[in-house]
Amino acid sequence: MTEQELQVQQKREIETKQESTVPVRSFMPVTDIFETDQALTVVLEMPGVSKESVEVGVESDVLTIAGRIDFSKYNGLQPLYTEYNIGNYSRSFQISSKIEQDGIKAELKDGVMTLVLPKAEKAKLRRISVS
Amino acid sequence: MSPSFNDPFAAMLALQRALDSRLESDWMEGGTAGFGGYPLINIFQQGDDFVAIIELPGIDKNELQIEAKESAIRISGKKTANYDKNASMHRRERLFGAFDRTISLPLQIDADAIRAEYREGVLALFIPRAASEKPRTIRIN
Repeated sequence: MTEQELQVQQKREIETKQESTVPVRSFMPVTDIFETDQALTVVLEMPGVSKESVEVGVESDVLTIAGRIDFSKYNGLQPLYTEYNIGNYSRSFQISSKIEQDGIKAELKDGVMTLVLPKAEKAKLRRISVS
Repeated sequence: MSPSFNDPFAAMLALQRALDSRLESDWMEGGTAGFGGYPLINIFQQGDDFVAIIELPGIDKNELQIEAKESAIRISGKKTANYDKNASMHRRERLFGAFDRTISLPLQIDADAIRAEYREGVLALFIPRAASEKPRTIRIN
């Protein structure tokens, strides 16, 4: 079997209804979401974001993830040739109340954020045995 | 270009504009294997030398190969997902697979002295200019 060649994905800029006061651009992290019997897992790509500069919050059943990049690393670097731009990341998801909101776990590794949202006891699938 | 404003938004904006201004610039003289191959690459000058910054989130370092010969640099590897096979996917935006890209810088570099750093999903290659390319200061007698 030949391996699939990785395609380029252009970064998606965040479009808001309101115009922001500063014309700084932010990006939407590329995201995978999957569900198991136990939990809902959200995986977001945020290259350049460190543990110290990421915020995860749940408010009114909306999960919000925001990551800031340290652009001071670019001090003294003069761009010659570029193919992509950089900026902070943010994205929100509506989550159901079936999630144990206090039990959400977050891990950031190599620019990939993994959020595990455990399902509330009542939302877990019960297997009914047939006698 | 080194934005030294106190206002972080102004500095960020200056950086974003500077990156935009060199988007697909002709500096590479067609030395990349076509624009748009994965991974995307930004190239900067730092003093006499160069820095290539490449976003490669979620790559296992052991699956990443970097080779350099003369003025060409090859970046290849594999991006794999290790998700629970029993999970049902709700949203699938991340792309996985193999990649292989070669860039050729339009000048001589010191291929033996290239340094690579992979941090927070970002690969930085520090590329020194070859000694023969460095400008000489000409003394006036």
